[in-house]
Amino acid sequence: MSAVEITNISKAFNLGSSNQVDALTDINLSIASGEFVSLIGPSGCGKSTLLRLIANLIEPTSGNLVVNGKSAKQARLDQDYGMAFQQSGLFEWRTVAKNIELPLELKGWDKAKRQERALEMLELVKLSDFANHYPWQLSGGMQQRVAIARALAVHPSLLLMDEPFGALDEMTREHMQSELLSICRASGTTVVFVTHSIPEAVYLSNRVVVMSPRPGRVTEIVDVSIEGERNDATRDNAAFFKGITAVREALRGVEMSDHVRGIEDR
Amino acid sequence: MTTETTMKKSEATRRVRRALLFVLSLLLVAGVWEIYKTVGPEAGGKIFGWKLLPRSNNHAMPHVWDMLTRYSRPELRGSDRKIWSVVLAGAWFSFRLALVGFAIGATLGLGLSILMARFKIAERGILPYLVVSQTVPLIALAPLVVSWGGKLHIAGWTWPRWMSAAVLGAFLAFFPVAVGALKGLTSAPSASLELMDSYAASWWQTLRKLRFPAAIPFIVPSLKLAASASVIGVVVAEISTGLKGGIGRLIIEYAREATSDPAKVFTAVFGAAVLGLAMSGFVTLADMYMMRNRPKEASA
Ligand SMILES: Nc1ncnc2c1ncn2[C@@H]1O[C@H](COP(=O)(O)OP(=O)(O)OP(=O)(O)O)[C@@H](O)[C@H]1O
Ligand SMILES: [Mg+2]
Repeated sequence: MSAVEITNISKAFNLGSSNQVDALTDINLSIASGEFVSLIGPSGCGKSTLLRLIANLIEPTSGNLVVNGKSAKQARLDQDYGMAFQQSGLFEWRTVAKNIELPLELKGWDKAKRQERALEMLELVKLSDFANHYPWQLSGGMQQRVAIARALAVHPSLLLMDEPFGALDEMTREHMQSELLSICRASGTTVVFVTHSIPEAVYLSNRVVVMSPRPGRVTEIVDVSIEGERNDATRDNAAFFKGITAVREALRGVEMSDHVRGIEDR
Repeated sequence: MTTETTMKKSEATRRVRRALLFVLSLLLVAGVWEIYKTVGPEAGGKIFGWKLLPRSNNHAMPHVWDMLTRYSRPELRGSDRKIWSVVLAGAWFSFRLALVGFAIGATLGLGLSILMARFKIAERGILPYLVVSQTVPLIALAPLVVSWGGKLHIAGWTWPRWMSAAVLGAFLAFFPVAVGALKGLTSAPSASLELMDSYAASWWQTLRKLRFPAAIPFIVPSLKLAASASVIGVVVAEISTGLKGGIGRLIIEYAREATSDPAKVFTAVFGAAVLGLAMSGFVTLADMYMMRNRPKEASA
């Protein structure tokens, strides 16, 4: 079964008014269960918009969206997905553990079960010693790990991430990429991942969706075929570089048709 | 652990420093008062034709030590009740009224702010009236509210006279809370609101888990304003209606004796000031409790 089925989706903001923005037009994308898909493209091409459509935080202008075999709204109501953004968005008045428990509280779990799950998640992101710290006592990378733990707390089958490592330094970032991959591999989680970094997209993904702006659409989908388990050695792998080249080529096509900004070629 | 202890330590030194500054400022005011008494015109003076300079004679401005020593002398000649105990009892009476007024006002203000945050229409419909309500002079309102005393019966319960003073305190106290809390309730970042949306959280869940905690830093200062406003409301109500037992009544009574015993009225005025300070101190304690786990960089 496919995790996300996007058919002829379009999204226009301020529809009908003079400042109408056609953020997305006619998007078709099918994401298989357990797949890791990255969205890449110049700033303003509608990556975040597409993610928020899948999350049912906004409604499409037209088209059809199926998440986990149900409507996007039903999937949201069932908390079928977890979400993480560039800003960790932790609540400063809650401890790290309590932050992770938030989605469980809203789901009505009892206290003992919540605490158990929070500890389990903290172990996963290697922050067990910080359960009772407050977010502002943590570094940016640690906060981001807490946010990811929070997104994973309900054991969602789908993880939606919008530049989650964008604010991190290169070292932390690579480390987090490896951790994310091993977490998702262990749990079989499907991931839709927005990024500005070509190597990050290639390292993480089974497929990289290249998008172009005004109006936002999918120009190419690059298959990344790296054999075996991905680890730090992957970054020196020929298939890895081949993937980078392919995505870069695809983005060049975008560049020719429009001005490209905001792509990190590293 | 070490960082936590150093943080606690600097917090303690900060508090000591603040207390010292407060004492220093009191001394400064007393000093300025006494200096003015020596250099200021005995019968008052004019600046550019306006009678701005107060009279510096001992009737209008008693010496600081006269006011202080007045506390240890009896309230009335021949009585053995020292004035400090009378003022203290009056302040305690008014304090309890102010506390009731504060509680009613804060609850009302919070309730209104939640209503306004929930319904945009309510904000547009209510907020202007709240602003207008604060322009109604308390002195005009007081006799009306006080006239309910002993006359108004609600389900077998008779409206006590002191309740009127508390209500007038509440009348001044609810406004800053309503406005401050509304600002706070709408201050949650849109990313956090979206997060709650992604959890399919109801409006009430979002209020409890996000909007309200995010509003605390806005609510706390508004409560401080409300605390002193409730004292003002109660004291003014006592003064304008002559309600017995409180510091307001003492102020008018003692003011009548200003010619024969000028220091006396100041003992009551200071009593009212201490009352206001006690109320804010009370809220500051609540503040420290509510903000104990928040980032401290703002006050560092
Ligand atoms: N709420 C909104 N109202 C109006 N226009 C919007 C809104 N959200 C996004 N847009 C517009 O939709 C387009 C796509 O925005 P989106 O945020 O999806 O881009 P993006 O690809 O995520 O960009 P970036 O890489 O900079 O994050 C932009 O032109 C933006 O101005
Ligand atoms: Mg974006």
